[in-house]
Amino acid sequence: MGYGVYLPKYRIKVGEIAKVWGMDGERVSKSLIINEKTVPSLDEDTATISVEAARNALEHAGIDAKDIGAIYVGSESHPYVVKPTATIVAAAIDAVEDLTAADYEFACKAGTAAIQSCMGLVDSGMIEYGLAIGADTSQGRPGDALEYTASAGGAAYIIGKKDTLADILDTYSYTTDTPDFWRREGMDFPSHGARFTGRPAYFKHVISAAEGIMERNDKKPEDFDYVVFHQPNGKFPLNAAKTLGFSKEQLETGMLIPNIGNTYSGATPLGLAAILDKANKGDLILAVSYGSGAGSDAFIIEVNGRNEEKRNMKKVRDYVDRKEYIDYSLYVKYKGKLKGVVLQK
Amino acid sequence: MRGIAAHWRLIPQRYNLVGTKCSNCGEKFFPPRVICPNCRRAGDIEEFRFSGEGRVYSYTVIHVPPDGFEFQKPYILGIIELAEGPRILSQIVDCKPEDVEIGSRVEKVFRKVIADGSEGIIRYGYKFKLKDPKEKPRRL
Ligand SMILES: [Zn+2]
Repeated sequence: MGYGVYLPKYRIKVGEIAKVWGMDGERVSKSLIINEKTVPSLDEDTATISVEAARNALEHAGIDAKDIGAIYVGSESHPYVVKPTATIVAAAIDAVEDLTAADYEFACKAGTAAIQSCMGLVDSGMIEYGLAIGADTSQGRPGDALEYTASAGGAAYIIGKKDTLADILDTYSYTTDTPDFWRREGMDFPSHGARFTGRPAYFKHVISAAEGIMERNDKKPEDFDYVVFHQPNGKFPLNAAKTLGFSKEQLETGMLIPNIGNTYSGATPLGLAAILDKANKGDLILAVSYGSGAGSDAFIIEVNGRNEEKRNMKKVRDYVDRKEYIDYSLYVKYKGKLKGVVLQK
Repeated sequence: MRGIAAHWRLIPQRYNLVGTKCSNCGEKFFPPRVICPNCRRAGDIEEFRFSGEGRVYSYTVIHVPPDGFEFQKPYILGIIELAEGPRILSQIVDCKPEDVEIGSRVEKVFRKVIADGSEGIIRYGYKFKLKDPKEKPRRL
């Protein structure tokens, strides 16, 4: 097993966005607990981010791409509406042709759903290795609260039984039909139920999934060394941790939102990768994603000794630190938000 | 919609820098050749995958780009000397013109190269980025 991550190089500060809309940048930053977010370059999209993350994961795992039997890419910003991202990844890592592949969609939790599918195929013996990716280049409507957080990035996991770095002890999901956030066919930007996204949506699902998996495995918050939740802003995961009884220390390592924003399908997988970059033998991790619409996937993961022996050299931290700031006008161009011109998007 | 079949055939080259090599004289070719110019009939051509490592052999900054690249200007077009020998033309991304020098070490990245308008296919392929943006290169 191995993992790999990718973040675009460009950043925009929350203050720079706030200035355009006549808002107080510092106050917005403080209330959302986010300083800056990643911005993809004009030639980057979910497919290119997925490929870079997948190549890093393969390099880390040190396996032959031809042994991968399934590729699932979870995203809400696939470059094509019809035409899979997963086949582009398969060709770019040279895993073709003897494999199955598909794209997943479930708002921000499509990446963890991909991990679960790979687990099932590996456990049943149908495939030797599966590649699960969560990646996004998400869009926020200009002037909307989402514009401060919606960012780009992704992470890829190679799931298998041999030479694992960490073992997924259990996974549990909690799913309901809750219209808190959506985007209809052909619409550029998503709509959301504003305050409705909190208690009945994010908190209900994240907390139910976390409680469900802990109860089933007879675990308490203090049994875990690290915890990571989906991070649509800085506040939500903090409050979820508090409600469930996790400390700031347990949450800290996987909290990437303040410096990269909300990478949607990439968020929980990236937070988990930041934890694996540091975690040692015997460490126990709780990871809980959240996807609007709505559902949460929870995982209990135990790190084994090979994680230290085979430390990932392309760390989340390196990608977070590799950055160049852009202003709002360049940001608009990079996001392809200009009307009347066909930008290469 | 033009050239979809041509693009499809070139996917191994464009995604993974798959070229060829002559196992008789050892020379590597990108784009791939089917006949070795050194050995002619004695040549023995096989598939060869380039590592994607190389150096900037030469570069220029494009201010008046062709159709489809207008919004990327100014951008850097380089001749990359691959570690295994061949020289290829490619964009150098994620840096400013003043960061690039002849001799800078580069590595391949996977990017969108061009889209056939809003309705056509998206053509992905290799570009290069600086391996270490702070490096002062040794002259070739
Ligand atoms: Zn020859």
